[in-house]
Parts: sequence; C-alpha cells; structure tokens
Amino acid sequence: MSDANTQKTPLTHAINMDALNRDESTVETENADIAITVDDLNLFYAEKQALHGIKMEIPRKRVTAFIGPSGCGKSTLLRCFNRMNDLVDNVRIEGSIVLGEDDIYAKGVNVADLRRRVGMVFQKPNPFPKSIFENVAYGMRILGIKDKRKITESVEKSLRSAALWDEVKDRLQDNAMGLSGGQQQRLVIARAVAIEPEVLLLDEPASALDPISTLKIEELIYELKDKYTIVIVTHNMQQAARVSDYTAFMYMGELIEHDSTNKLFTNPEKKQTEDYITGRYG
Amino acid sequence: MDTGKLGTHISQQFEEELEDVSSSVMTMGGLVEEQLKNALKALSDIDAELANVVVENDYKVNAMEVAIDEECTQILARRQPAASDLRLVIAVIKTITDLERIGDEAERVGRMAMHFAEAGGESKMLVGILHLGELVSTMLHGALDAFARLDTEAAVAVAQSDIKADREYESIMRELITYMMEDPRTIPNIVDIMWSARALERIGDRSRNICEYVIYLVKGKDVRHTKLTEGE
Repeated sequence: MSDANTQKTPLTHAINMDALNRDESTVETENADIAITVDDLNLFYAEKQALHGIKMEIPRKRVTAFIGPSGCGKSTLLRCFNRMNDLVDNVRIEGSIVLGEDDIYAKGVNVADLRRRVGMVFQKPNPFPKSIFENVAYGMRILGIKDKRKITESVEKSLRSAALWDEVKDRLQDNAMGLSGGQQQRLVIARAVAIEPEVLLLDEPASALDPISTLKIEELIYELKDKYTIVIVTHNMQQAARVSDYTAFMYMGELIEHDSTNKLFTNPEKKQTEDYITGRYG
Repeated sequence: MDTGKLGTHISQQFEEELEDVSSSVMTMGGLVEEQLKNALKALSDIDAELANVVVENDYKVNAMEVAIDEECTQILARRQPAASDLRLVIAVIKTITDLERIGDEAERVGRMAMHFAEAGGESKMLVGILHLGELVSTMLHGALDAFARLDTEAAVAVAQSDIKADREYESIMRELITYMMEDPRTIPNIVDIMWSARALERIGDRSRNICEYVIYLVKGKDVRHTKLTEGE
C-alpha cells in the first residue's frame, strides 16, 4: 500500500543538496557604517614582507578582534592604523588606509593629529610616573586646554567611562604607579579616551592581567563601543569570542577570514581558520 | 570518529574526549536499535517474555543519556570548544535526547506487545504496523550511520524518507478503523496497536531530527523546520 504513495514522491534530494551546499556567506560589514578601510596593504620590514595585500573594512562603533598565531602580522596591521610603524627603521608601506574620509598615509598628514584620532593601549600598562589625575589630564594639556574646570570634568568623565572612578576618586593625587596592574590598564584606557579619539586600538590589553581584571577590561570594552570604534589584538581566542562583534583571522601576513564573530566561531568558511580556533595542527 | 578533512588536535586529551563522546553516541544508538528490534520481534512473535526484556532494559538507555550529557557538560566547561568541535558537542547533546525518546517509544511498543500477548490478539492486525516498524528501524539505522560517517547526503535521504513513514501511519489508521467498525470487540486490542503505531511514527520523526543534527554538525546549517529535509 505504501509503494503507490512512494512513487508519487520521488526523493529528489539532489536538488536539495544543492541548496545545502550553496554558499550563503555574506560579509555582514557590507551594510555597516565603515570607520576604517584598508585597501591592498603591503608592509615590508626591509626586504621581508610582513603584510600581504590586506583588504578589509572595519565597522564604526563595533569591536573588531584580530586573532592569529605569533608573527602573523596582526599587531603590525594594528600599528598601521595610527602609523606607529613609522617609528620602525626600514619600514615600507604600500596601499592605503582610509580613516573616515582621509587617507592616513597621504602626504602632509599630521601624524600627531592622527594619533589623537586613533588612540592606542598596549599589552603592558604604561602610566606616566605622575599622579592619577595628571595621567588622564596629560593629553588635554598637550592639546593646550587650560580651562581647569573643563579638565577636572573631563578627568572624572574619562575615569568613569574606564570604570575606575569609584576606586580612585579619593586619591587622585597619588602616584599612578601605586595602582594594581588592572587598575593601571584601565587608567591608560581612561587616558586614551580623555581626548575623545574616534578609534581605540588595543594591543593585547589584558594579557598581563589576572582573570578578574581581564573581565573588567572586557566589560569596559563592551561599554566603550557605544562611543568608539575598537580594534583589539588578542592571543586569547575566547576573549575575542567574548568581546568582539567581528573577528579577523590572520596567518603569515595574510588576512584569511573576516566575518561576524558569531559566524567565525561556530562555522568558519576556511579550513585554516577552523584549524586555528579549534586548536588543530594545520 | 572521522573528523573529515580536519587535522588532529594539538591536545591529544581533547581529541580523545571528543572521540569518546561520539563513540558513546554510537553505543547508545546501537542499544536503542536493539531495543526497537526486540520490541518489534516481541510484537510479531507475540512473545511476552521478550517484550518484558525490552521494558526492563529501558533504564540502560536512560543511564547512557545521563552519562553522555555529563561528558558533554565537562567538555563545554573545560575545553570551550569552537567551530566544528562545538557543533559536535551540540549535535551530540541533541541526538542523545532524541535517542532516549526513541528508547521510550520502543519501551511503549514492548508494553503493548505484552498486553497484546496477554489479551490473545490476532496477528493479522499487525501486518501494517510491522511494516511501519521495519521502515522506521531502517530510518534509525540510516540516521545513526549518517552520524557515524558524517554523511549529509545520506542524512537528507533518510530525513526525506520520513514522509513514507507518515503515509504508512495514516494508512494503518484507516485500516484499523475498518477493523473496529467491522467488529467492535476488537477495539481494546486495536487501541493498543494504534498507540504502538503512533510510537513508531514518532521514532521516524526523531530519526529525522537526528539527520538534521548531522547536517548541522557537518555544514553548520540549521535545517530544522525548513523544506530541505522534507520530502516535497
């Protein structure tokens, strides 16, 4: 009795397999507001090429994480965004990086001005040997802001947005070197946001910190993305998964895959990405 | 289990844990298949003793579900798996839930077989349901096989064959209603058979679910409630 029925419905799974195999990957950044556009970026340290034809768009007011093994070029790429690589001898850069409307490698770009727009925080907290207050006020003083009330207000606002205010409000004149590592790192972030940059670059911001301080930094990153475009380099893949909206996987100076973090950590397109994030031999 | 084109983990221990958990699923699947096979045999042979064995063995299936769940929880907590490893753990957790329910359905068929034997039912009423039983046994086997081999094509084919099981179920219902109309004294037995037919039809549905998890595991695509695995 079932045979007659079966004949009416041929099991045409060949067609459906096509649907299953169809590549539906769409780069979600396409419709987003773009803060930084990298086009065909090559970077050489003397003869050695460290970045190969990097093309990517970094969405505004989102967190983008760069992951990849040591020496893959993720920190080098990060440092291109505020021209920190200019300080290295024998560096040659081809291609373009556009911040908003401006090509940051164009002739006549004021690098100090660029670095005001693109702040940076390093792996090891590097507060100045000054008071907590002066550390945060420093950037404004450099910019020539003299209005005491404005500076005081801005220091408080920055310390609050770095989630440090409650811990230091009673000892603003103490030396910053007396703070714990986690506090120092948040102080450095407060110092970076005090001058209201557009982009915040974080190079392994939590790798020298204990797990609780790490979580505080991650929480801070989540809050800061309302106002800033954040690019973070991290060796800790779980951290990238926790804090970022987009993740870029780099390998041997090339951008292998750049996608939404949800997609990349559950169903990456490329085998190399899969091998890396699951901890396999390539 | 074959991890396809991927290399092996740097952590040998993690590799072993994942292999362990997938081979546990296969063991559990084998046990459930055995339960279903015995339940159907008890029914066709009108063998109350064998039916009783099925009912008594259901605890083994339940215990395996709990044990595998625990393994998966530990892997999630300690390894934080990503990408295909994460999908494997998720697929395993979902698969064993369906396997446990298939075990329950097999137990139900076993109970019914006991009833039927005690009430002295006639075997001519069982033709349709035994055929349905064969059909869903094949589906369950196919689903487990697709899981073991990570074969999405087989998974799609098995999932689509659920429509055959559904049709078979409908035609059994019509047939049983005819029996009841002809002779109301058969109603108590027929109601038992209807419950079993329902249980078997559910096994088909759950085997199809397992196929959908296989597709998720391999392709990273959630095809539940889509046309993809439906027959038409």
